[in-house]
Amino acid sequence: MATGLRIKTAAELRTSYLRQEMFPTIFCDGCGIGNVLNYTLWAIDEVGLDLDRTVFVSGIGCSSRLPGYINADGLHTTHGRALAFASGVKAANPDLTVIVFTGDGDGAGIGGNHLLHTIRRNMDITVILVNNFIYGMTGGQSAPTTPDGGFTTTTPYGNIEHPMDVCELAKALGAPYVARWPVVSPVQPVKSIAEGIRKRGFALIEMLTPCPTAYGRYNGLKALEQIWRWYREQTVLIDEWEWIEQFGSPEERERLRGKMKIGIFQDTERETFEDRWAALVARVKL
Amino acid sequence: MSTHRELIRRALGPRVQFVQGDDACAYGAVLAGCTFFAGYPITPATEVAERMAEILPRIGGCYIQMEDEIASMGALIGASWTGAKVMTSTSGPGFSLMQENLGYAIMTETPCVVVNVQRSGPSTGQPTMGAYGDMMQARWGTHGDHEIIMLCPASVQESLELTIVAFNLSERLRTPVLVFIDGELGHMRERLVIPEDHEFELWERPRATDRAGYRPFAPGPDLVPPFAPFGSGFRTFVTGLTHNEEGLPRASSATIHDQLVRRLAAKITNHLDLITRYEEFYADDCEIAIVTYGITARTCRDVVEEARRRGIKAGLLRLISIWPFPEHVVARWAERVRAMLVPEMNLGQIVHPIREAVAGRCPVVLHSRIGGELHTPAELLEALEALQWQPA
Ligand SMILES: Cc1ncc(C[n+]2csc(CCOP(=O)(O)OP(=O)(O)O)c2C)c(N)n1
Ligand code: SF4
Ligand SMILES: [Mg+2]
Repeated sequence: MATGLRIKTAAELRTSYLRQEMFPTIFCDGCGIGNVLNYTLWAIDEVGLDLDRTVFVSGIGCSSRLPGYINADGLHTTHGRALAFASGVKAANPDLTVIVFTGDGDGAGIGGNHLLHTIRRNMDITVILVNNFIYGMTGGQSAPTTPDGGFTTTTPYGNIEHPMDVCELAKALGAPYVARWPVVSPVQPVKSIAEGIRKRGFALIEMLTPCPTAYGRYNGLKALEQIWRWYREQTVLIDEWEWIEQFGSPEERERLRGKMKIGIFQDTERETFEDRWAALVARVKL
Repeated sequence: MSTHRELIRRALGPRVQFVQGDDACAYGAVLAGCTFFAGYPITPATEVAERMAEILPRIGGCYIQMEDEIASMGALIGASWTGAKVMTSTSGPGFSLMQENLGYAIMTETPCVVVNVQRSGPSTGQPTMGAYGDMMQARWGTHGDHEIIMLCPASVQESLELTIVAFNLSERLRTPVLVFIDGELGHMRERLVIPEDHEFELWERPRATDRAGYRPFAPGPDLVPPFAPFGSGFRTFVTGLTHNEEGLPRASSATIHDQLVRRLAAKITNHLDLITRYEEFYADDCEIAIVTYGITARTCRDVVEEARRRGIKAGLLRLISIWPFPEHVVARWAERVRAMLVPEMNLGQIVHPIREAVAGRCPVVLHSRIGGELHTPAELLEALEALQWQPA
């Protein structure tokens, strides 16, 4: 493979990185969150992270259960607040690697303000945001990411609110690394998560992740094959998207409507909070 | 190279200073070994944060201004799990926002100190005026069954001293501890003598030593589990869900929940000897007692002296630790006195546990004052005199 990845088997990953006593997981059949865990472990393996020096932080939701499965320090916090807790860990001990798992509701809804300010400060934290367009854990209510017209238990007549694009937001705020991928193929997510971990500064990897139970049920996306096909059809690579926007025919542009842009939105450098704090301490310490 | 203690001394400056209650809380924290502060500005607590922002980088600690008080409390807990001693400060509106994460700190046995410089509410109320309106919120503000520790200083000097005690209790018992002052005390300047290191004790949280078979929430001898900081290789999973001694979620088990929540309460109520603090004046022959706390107690001391001059056998019980409520102390006074006067800068909060402790043994009369002004000696004397002539 081009990334030079030697992919471990599921069994190898389990014994190396997971808490055996936490299995089976709480995830439903067909849920994509397991794939996100899998890709994260591959990325960790590729980067060669020392799990003794890595802290996994999350909020509340199905996706936020992930730290419990990993055999490392974990902080499963309150709904929406993962980034605040993670900022405390990182600011107090910058030598630790901090990885956050959050949901679309957790990270972009109730925790939206923390997302904004953690990016603004540029804390060196890698955030893996599981976007399943829904509040999965509470049984399928609308989220800030629920597509226009999407059916949920609290939008029984179709969602009338405009969904938010977390990656565009993060990019606008100057996050050094921003990427979005669907779970349907492993290569790009694994590469992006690894790049995110290596990036000195805030990294956001948004994973478009099926939730057959809560979102799928109301929106014709319950069967696995159908779901995965849908994610392939509904996503367009950034380059192609931009090309169509600039040079495409009206029909081609019309076909972009309601689809999702995927790829690497931003990859830059920016001084982190921790580095700037260390410099300040060096300047004023008695 | 200076030692950390030397750095602290240099950062704090002269041994005798003329400073505000807010400053004293910050100084106490630094003396206690606090190296991390997360906060959000709010009158009349802002000066605590300002002092910490000045001092912490000078001693190699970390100050971070968060986006709100929810985040402050979150960052505090995260930092505490790296092993740091941590503090935040706020006032009523911010304390309201902290409630959910305060409960998280209780459930996850995370040491942290919260200073609340109280102001009048409800809502934005009177931002610059002192009050004691959050006394009950402190006790019951976060949801679910729990105990909380709260200390209530009455002077600038005591604000420093009790902040050190707050850190000690928080570390030793692995639970949040609240230091409650008010806008008057927070902004009042008084002479402060910074104690030498040998004049106070410092307690540390119990530490885990052996990785093999480590169970992060298995209680030690005094019901407090030994702590392993993040990054030390113990690989601890921390959750606000009901968890077993391994720290793993067991949210549907009645037995595990019952055991956990009762232990969290008992580790505090079993240590009243470490926590309970109060001060007594004229306890021996007191007939009419004033029972109060915080800044109000200072007026009451003069009132009691004046009442004595007028022939009233008055006395004062000043509660210093409010939660867990020192029920046995109040009950002991109730055995001996004819009546109790309870002045409070609220519409009646601590009068309720007082009445519960008194259990009808004597009348308990509330004397409320709200609006931001302290009780006057004259009005309290009048209230004492009225009680003096009340038939037994
Ligand atoms: C303060 C608070 N409000 C509401 C809830 C209930 N709640 C639990 S999970 C959740 C939604 C989670 O959605 P998301 O973050 O998208 O995670 P998912 O389950 O979809 O992975 C909500 C609303 C809560 N736990 N805390
Ligand atoms: S409800 Fe949805 S997100 Fe939650 S475990 Fe089930 S499929 Fe996954
Ligand atoms: Mg979701």
